[in-house]
Amino acid sequence: MSLLRTAWLIARKDLVVEARSRELAYTTVFFALACVLVFSFAFVQEGKAIEGASSGILWVAVAFSGTLALSRAFERERQSETLRALLLAPSERAAVYLGKLIGLLALMIGVELVLVPIVGLLFDAPILRAPWLLAGLLAAGTLGFAGVGTLFAAMLVRAHSRDVLLPLLLYPITVPVLIAGVRGTAAIFATEPNLDAALAWLSILIFFDAVFVVLSLWVFDPVMSE
Amino acid sequence: MASGPACDFSTVEVVDVSRHFGRRRALAKTSLTFTAGSVAGLFGPNGAGKSTLLGVLSTLVRPTAGEVRYGGQTAAVLGDELRGRIGVLGHDLFLYGDLSARENLEFFARLYGLRNVPERVAQALTHARLEDRANDRVAAFSRGLRQRLALERALIHQPRLVLLDEPFTGLDDESAGLLTARLRGLREAGAIVLMATHDFESADGLVDRVICLKAGRVREIDAGRGSLREQYRRTMAEAWS
Repeated sequence: MSLLRTAWLIARKDLVVEARSRELAYTTVFFALACVLVFSFAFVQEGKAIEGASSGILWVAVAFSGTLALSRAFERERQSETLRALLLAPSERAAVYLGKLIGLLALMIGVELVLVPIVGLLFDAPILRAPWLLAGLLAAGTLGFAGVGTLFAAMLVRAHSRDVLLPLLLYPITVPVLIAGVRGTAAIFATEPNLDAALAWLSILIFFDAVFVVLSLWVFDPVMSE
Repeated sequence: MASGPACDFSTVEVVDVSRHFGRRRALAKTSLTFTAGSVAGLFGPNGAGKSTLLGVLSTLVRPTAGEVRYGGQTAAVLGDELRGRIGVLGHDLFLYGDLSARENLEFFARLYGLRNVPERVAQALTHARLEDRANDRVAAFSRGLRQRLALERALIHQPRLVLLDEPFTGLDDESAGLLTARLRGLREAGAIVLMATHDFESADGLVDRVICLKAGRVREIDAGRGSLREQYRRTMAEAWS
């Protein structure tokens, strides 16, 4: 079995389970929206948002809802120890990582499709000023965040304090993703936009993704062996 | 047993395998050999190291020392394909509650790269006697039904090495009888079956070998001499007193 075929089987299974239960979709969308709404009470006054706040709030909502999705996605594999069954499949174990990552990316991008228009609406952010660049920043940032998060969530699946440990491990490593995402998005949303700066931040995100996804694929098998 | 891929084997050797979890010793220099067409019973108190031994044989748990040879080769040499010749029924059942019985079997059949998936799945559902519940979600099944389904999930790719952890859990008398017949069928087909259990009544007359394990150490007793439970008790009292 090829790595990509196994990864696709696992991702498709996750999407079927999610489409049936909608547990992750509802909780992450609700959490992300609640987050944005609470910030809007603080940062929007008399219909005007504080300059630069919208990009930060967008990425905080992405990071928090992403963490929630990561821990819940692996909780499903823990309940009947199905992660072990996946590791017993006769293909490279990195396929398990890749499959879970694809499933999580689909979910997080779905959440962002709801989140971005809400941020645009509540904070009067110009989300259509450079839509492809914004989509690129979000896609690359989400890949970097979920790429590192999937590895840590899989490693912690049998740890007792996994819900506490996951953010403790994940946030320090993904600080570059959050900085690049916030600064790149802020460059697009600014009163005087700087699309060259946004492109530079996108390049940093792509570099981060390449390094950490390759590293995760490489170390997944050894770190998952008991 | 269907002819398997290139990495097929007819013996499994556990050579001086030790496994430590921190300071706790789960297996201590354990050596065993299993041959095709046999059912071995693994007995011992809770925490004796039975699940660890099954984990090591399944390639999920790495030994601290020693090695396991599948037809003379180690798992590192045989690579990922080896896992396609191993079937595992764990204490946890490795089933997705949100999927139906059919979907679970289809998923694992595809994961193992099997051809004729619909036929294999139909056959597995017949073996598990779940044809009429095939499209029901597994979360709605009783423990016994899930156990039957999990066994067929573990066997769907016709593995050479079958590792079963408490396979009789939750089964009624009729299902236990069917499981016994299924395991005999596997033995006749040339599989190597290793079963960890506390159910002496079900294992009596089924197992060819009786392996007792306590504190990571192994003692083998003669399977054909009297009541299994009595022999086990005696061995436990004498060998580890």
